[in-house]
Amino acid sequence: MAFLAVVALTFFVVIKFLLTDGPVTVDYTANVTPDTGAAVNVVMQEDPQNDVSTHPDWVSYFVQSPTTHQWVHTTLFKVPAGSRIDMTIYGYDGCTPLRNNLWGQVMGTIGNVAYEDGKPFKALNSYSGCNVAHTFSIPGIGLNVPMGSPTLAQIAKPGLCGTSPCTTDNPHVVMTFSFNSPKAPGEYFWQCRIPCGGGFIDGFGGPMQTIGFMTGNMVVVN
Amino acid sequence: MAASTAPEPSAPVPAGTGPNHGLRIFLLWLPLALAADLLLWFVYGPHMPPGTMSSSATGQQFDIRVMSVMAAPVMVFVLVYAAYALVVWRHREGDDEDGPALYGHARIQTTWIAATSVIVLCLAAFGTYELAGTGMAGSGSGEGPSPIWKPNGSNYLQVQVIAQQWRFTYRYPQFGGFETTALVLPVNRPVQFNVTSIDVIHSFWAYQLGVKADANPGVNNVAYTTAFQTGIFRVECAELCGLWHGAMYNFGRVVSDSAFEAWASATRTQLAAYTKILPPYSTTYDPTVVSQLNKAVVASGITGANGAYYPPNDPVQP
Repeated sequence: MAFLAVVALTFFVVIKFLLTDGPVTVDYTANVTPDTGAAVNVVMQEDPQNDVSTHPDWVSYFVQSPTTHQWVHTTLFKVPAGSRIDMTIYGYDGCTPLRNNLWGQVMGTIGNVAYEDGKPFKALNSYSGCNVAHTFSIPGIGLNVPMGSPTLAQIAKPGLCGTSPCTTDNPHVVMTFSFNSPKAPGEYFWQCRIPCGGGFIDGFGGPMQTIGFMTGNMVVVN
Repeated sequence: MAASTAPEPSAPVPAGTGPNHGLRIFLLWLPLALAADLLLWFVYGPHMPPGTMSSSATGQQFDIRVMSVMAAPVMVFVLVYAAYALVVWRHREGDDEDGPALYGHARIQTTWIAATSVIVLCLAAFGTYELAGTGMAGSGSGEGPSPIWKPNGSNYLQVQVIAQQWRFTYRYPQFGGFETTALVLPVNRPVQFNVTSIDVIHSFWAYQLGVKADANPGVNNVAYTTAFQTGIFRVECAELCGLWHGAMYNFGRVVSDSAFEAWASATRTQLAAYTKILPPYSTTYDPTVVSQLNKAVVASGITGANGAYYPPNDPVQP
């Protein structure tokens, strides 16, 4: 009996942790020649929850496939080296004060500027109002952009998006910014700098350090 | 037949008439140990880590050199003793008798154990009190908020190190409190690092400067150094702090005093607008006191995903 239990446990571990595929990498390199400065459009959305994983209360990013335009539950995307990356991020999550308001600054984008619903800005003060949901930061290239959030008035009645991936029928902001991908190929991790997950005020647990939710890799290839 | 070909057992050697093994080992050990120490001190010593870029690094290198020249003779002795034993005291065929009996010396053993126990326990008590006593809280080579040692003079440059998963940022309170991701220090001027964290435990380790101090939330951990050379040094987190701990590093610069003043003044001006939205300079920060940060959030009760974190009644930490 004990032997069968051990076999069953081993089988479960192998199936659960070893044979289960991790998040997929969305490929934005098709038809783009690296090191030419060509523009690549990367589209993502951040949702206040997700109903596509075993952690429905975890905040999560989704990445849009450039070929099918389907939203993929992942935080891995591949871009060509030496290109101009035009990011569009749909922000559906509510506001949270930044742990360090320094990260309200836009850093490392082209022109050190980002746009919220088309309006340019260089910093968001998360301590002055309900205006920041997350950040999109790639430390390896000095990139940091605060992600805006829908206003309190916008989310007062319908509330935050409750299904995922969210649609533009839900309260949201559209964040856009551009940066140059590095010429050196490699994996550049990105992260959010707010502990944005239920019950994680002591640090970046849960979705904050789980690839596929609030952190991931930008894979740069030649 | 076999008994007739066996060598004759050697006759017992009366005590005090055999070779003086102790003297032999000493004479073998002494020149080797001396050579090892001279090589360590004069040849390898100046190149030992972490170098001589700062006062603290120089001190650490000196400590390591002293420890090395103390340890080397011991290691040499072990090797000499082992080699001597293999050559001289190896088992020879037909020599199956026990050696002379050894007896302990109770008074010497008792005195040795008692004296070393007292020394170790006193040092442990003293160190624990100084590091963990009320108001101390030094850790990871930092001195805590009440340093028991300070460099001479009072012309310190104060630099606050704020650790956060997974990045260090730096505030310069003597220059309007601007905060930046760049760590720039002047040469030949004492620096006081005030190290803290706004989430979990990190450790600020400026390797070439010989500075290492834990970054604990709610604690100001002070460390000092004076850079002697201009150049680049590496800063990294030395406490496992989560998924991207291994990527939590950056590089600092030591520049001339005039270059530092120029950089600090320019950066102060450049970041003036952003400095205004930072909390007032403090030795520690509690980012969970939401009521002080974002009244709109508290008023709305909307605090993020499902409204489940940063609840107004639960900003308990650290």
